[in-house]
Amino acid sequence: MTQAGFGKRFAGVVAALVAALVAFGTGFYGIGHAAGAAPLDSTKEIEKYREMINDPMANPAYLSVDRGEILWMTARGAKNATLEGCDLGEGRSKLEGVYAKLPRYFKDSDTVMDLEQRLLWCMATVQGLDTGDVVARRFGGPGTTSDMEDLAAFIANKSNGAKIEPQLATAGEQRMYALGEALFYRRASISDFSCATCHSVEGKRIRLQGLPNLSEAGKTAQETMATWPAYRVSQSQTRTMQHRLWDCYRQMRMPAPGYASEGITALIVYLNAKAAGGVLNVPSIKR
Amino acid sequence: MKICVTGILVLCVMANPLTAADGPTIPAAEVEAAVLSMFKAAPVELRSRIDQDETQRICSETRNAPPAAQAEAIKAREIATIVYPDDGNVLGDWKKGEVVAQSGAGGQFSDAPGAVRGGNCYACHQMAAAELSFGTLGPSLYGYGNARSFEASAAKAVYAKIFNAQSVQPCSSMPRFGYHKFLTIEQLRDVTAYLMSPDSPVNK
Repeated sequence: MTQAGFGKRFAGVVAALVAALVAFGTGFYGIGHAAGAAPLDSTKEIEKYREMINDPMANPAYLSVDRGEILWMTARGAKNATLEGCDLGEGRSKLEGVYAKLPRYFKDSDTVMDLEQRLLWCMATVQGLDTGDVVARRFGGPGTTSDMEDLAAFIANKSNGAKIEPQLATAGEQRMYALGEALFYRRASISDFSCATCHSVEGKRIRLQGLPNLSEAGKTAQETMATWPAYRVSQSQTRTMQHRLWDCYRQMRMPAPGYASEGITALIVYLNAKAAGGVLNVPSIKR
Repeated sequence: MKICVTGILVLCVMANPLTAADGPTIPAAEVEAAVLSMFKAAPVELRSRIDQDETQRICSETRNAPPAAQAEAIKAREIATIVYPDDGNVLGDWKKGEVVAQSGAGGQFSDAPGAVRGGNCYACHQMAAAELSFGTLGPSLYGYGNARSFEASAAKAVYAKIFNAQSVQPCSSMPRFGYHKFLTIEQLRDVTAYLMSPDSPVNK
């Protein structure tokens, strides 16, 4: 299917989806007030609804997957090369299953990298691309698409059905796990928050939003980490874990963390370790 | 491991075993170096948020379960930070307090520096019965003043708790709203009234 055809077809679906979500949200709030329904019943309804919309043909993030595929095969940079020469961990141009094993240690760069860090490295070294523009557009917005979000959606999608397989064999990877854990519990700033403040207990919520416990290995962490990248309906954008953690630090009243920084990768290493065995199904769709 | 300290209150703290780090460990200096690098682009006015104070550092290292001696040290230090209103009256306007309790605005890097802030109490606590959109990270505060017979001493105590939660419970998850000047003294008085006023919907 052509990009244009795909886009046209989705326009209607997206409009219907957003309308449905808005209506659902309003209805949910109204019903709660009128009947005094327990919020937990509504949580089940939201789950049902999520299952209903969890359809690749109704998920706008699949537009990102298409754009990402084109970007992957487009020659760019001083070397006029495509990204197909990029080794994401399983060999040059190999895409199937690579996302399930990221972040991981790369010998050529002698660092542990997540998908987005690795892509930036490949753009710079394989393509000879000045990544300034790509990094400036790291998070898509109204009228701006993000190469990074599109590429991440495309590549992560190639791991669908694979189990998250944390790479922790090397000293570098173990160090990153330890760093990630330390950051997860590190309290700072004017609200004294750490990741653990919201994500270390089962079954709690902020307002009505359920909070996944990410401090323990298990189903909750698996379901969380196996569903990013995702289409965020509230933002009308495809988002990756880089953006999710950036947004967490915003809510924690911290300064914005550096994109593709060591600390963010360390957190992803830690979170993926808790999510080991989770079956990837991405891009997913979230509120 | 369960540590019980007997005092006027019996305070039982479920402490994580010292293997709180359940895998490989990393020197604190390396963590702090990574933090500095991660936030190196922070604007000058937000720089101070990156560093930890002593209490944040201990709570992080002990996974919010400090041993008794450290817990007492935190409590003593945090009690000393509390500032009461000049006239000693901790009860403000409960209606304004409700606005503060409902609002989660302010303080984020995406906010204007001078933006009015909210306490976002409902993010974690049930308060008035009519508000069903409440979080559960903290205990329900519905009927808070009622349960304390609206006593002046209870009002002063809850003002202190909101000003600095760790003056009561070391390594509490609750932000130290007064200590960080996240809320103004006026806002703290208003929220105190929202909890302690007989007219407040929290007590209806």
